[in-house]
Amino acid sequence: MTALKLENVNKSFGEVHVLKDINLTVEEGEFVVFVGPSGCGKSTLLRVIAGLEDATSGTVTIGGEVVNAVPPARRGIAMVFQSYALYPHLTVKDNMGLGLKQEGQPKSVIEERVARASKMLDLDSYLARRPAELSGGQRQRVAIGRAIVRDPKLFLFDEPLSNLDAALRMNTRVEIAALHRTLSASMIYVTHDQIEAMTLADKIVVLRDGRIEQVGSPMELYNHPANRFVAGFLGSPSMNFLERSVEGLPKGQTLGIRPEHLTLDGKGQIGGEVTHVERLGGDTNLLVRTEQGETLTVRLFGQNTTPVGEKVRLRFDESHAFHFDADNKRL
Amino acid sequence: MNKARRNWGTTIAAHGVLIAYTIIALFPVFVILINSFKSRKAIFREPLALPDADSFSLIGYQTVLKQGDFFLYFQNSMIVTVVSLTLILLFGAMAAFALAEYRFKGNTLMGLYLALGIMIPIRIGTVAILEMMVSTGLVNTLTALILVYTAQGLPLAIFILSEFMKGVSDDLKNAGRIDGLSEYKIFFRLVLPLVRPAMATVAVFNMIPIWNDLWFPLILAPAEEVKTLTLGSQVFIGQFVTDWNAVLSALSMAILPVLILYVIFSRQLIRGITSGAVK
Repeated sequence: MTALKLENVNKSFGEVHVLKDINLTVEEGEFVVFVGPSGCGKSTLLRVIAGLEDATSGTVTIGGEVVNAVPPARRGIAMVFQSYALYPHLTVKDNMGLGLKQEGQPKSVIEERVARASKMLDLDSYLARRPAELSGGQRQRVAIGRAIVRDPKLFLFDEPLSNLDAALRMNTRVEIAALHRTLSASMIYVTHDQIEAMTLADKIVVLRDGRIEQVGSPMELYNHPANRFVAGFLGSPSMNFLERSVEGLPKGQTLGIRPEHLTLDGKGQIGGEVTHVERLGGDTNLLVRTEQGETLTVRLFGQNTTPVGEKVRLRFDESHAFHFDADNKRL
Repeated sequence: MNKARRNWGTTIAAHGVLIAYTIIALFPVFVILINSFKSRKAIFREPLALPDADSFSLIGYQTVLKQGDFFLYFQNSMIVTVVSLTLILLFGAMAAFALAEYRFKGNTLMGLYLALGIMIPIRIGTVAILEMMVSTGLVNTLTALILVYTAQGLPLAIFILSEFMKGVSDDLKNAGRIDGLSEYKIFFRLVLPLVRPAMATVAVFNMIPIWNDLWFPLILAPAEEVKTLTLGSQVFIGQFVTDWNAVLSALSMAILPVLILYVIFSRQLIRGITSGAVK
């Protein structure tokens, strides 16, 4: 069964057309990540799915039921917000139980589900506290707990890790992945961070300017990007695009090479000078300015002693190169 | 304050200015208070002297308390102020929520229309208000005063509160919607507690002008049984003879309730429970 189906969804705010003809299917149990630069409409799309915004046209189907006119609370969804959005005057326990209480569930059911969620998220010792007495990571776990308790058909995450610091972000990311495995629920996750997208997703949806650019598994998108935007958006450091530095490239075409596919080689196709070196221990990033004036990033594995200012030649394997035409479509 | 940035000169200057202002602002109150405890002759002999064994007298307070209506005036003022404040806060907050939260046609226009009330003093419409009150039969009722004061206070209340409500996290309201809270519950349970400091500010701003007002009670409700305290105190001021002891004593006592209300509201000004709700 499909968990979510979007058909020709459009959304305008007055004159501004934010979402343009979105078509998407999310299968049951799938972890789908919406990724894109800020202002691409990914959060708006999530809010349309949640029912917090109405679609201007098109249909939204959740669990086989058209929900365009159904209020958020009865769509069978739960949402985790970037700012946690916990109720400040309620304890952790009441925060998690409020949704069920509004549904009119009996007390015993609420108790049981809150207990199960709090055990899963290790929140047992905080149940009597208020949000103000919790750290950022704990608050986000409570917010996730509030979603779990509702036992939704579809989980929605709106940049849930953006407010956490780097170390905590990694831990929480792993926790969310583990949660997805235990619950095997359908989840939609919005982020602008391509690492989160790559590590969590079964399926990535890349959005730009309110349109879906490409849909596919992380490795599909990484290995077979449909256009220059997708190629440049996924992967860190991002892909190099060359127009002039390689001989024999037809005019208007762009050559894309990932930084890890370039190697230092005295007989390489590209010549240039090292302008900056980033030594990360595990690998080394060189910034190279080519003889034709374009800047490249080279990712070398392990440690490397190449100094700034050194003249180098770079080799790449044609089988790892991507060609884009003048419209930035992949050839 | 950061130790490195602490500057004694600035600190002293700032405190100097504040203390000077406090003295200037409190001086008339102080004069009223000390003179209310002096005999009539002592007031005129040396208005700025503190009451001593010789000049001390409670004659003013005795006169005021003997005048049986004083407690009635007091009660009238209290009813008018408290009910008006309640209505201003309730309706002001509701209107502010609508303006801040919902997108509808004429939203901006409505906001501007309400803001107009801040710029145009309500007293300009006194004659029309009086005519309206006469034809609705509300003259000489506390209701008339309450209605006028509510109308007077709403524009500023809506203006201040809608700004604060725009600041309440959208995520929080949306979380409430997903959990199935009605818009009323979102308003009363989630939003109102978070804008409590702003509500207290509005209450303080409105309370003192209403309590002190002489204009509308004089015009709309001059009858004996609906007189407010400020109007009631005027009986001691005659065309030829003024009973200064009584006037000063009445005014001194009129300060007390405002002081108490202020203490209640100012607690709220300091307390904010927003922390922890959203980052």
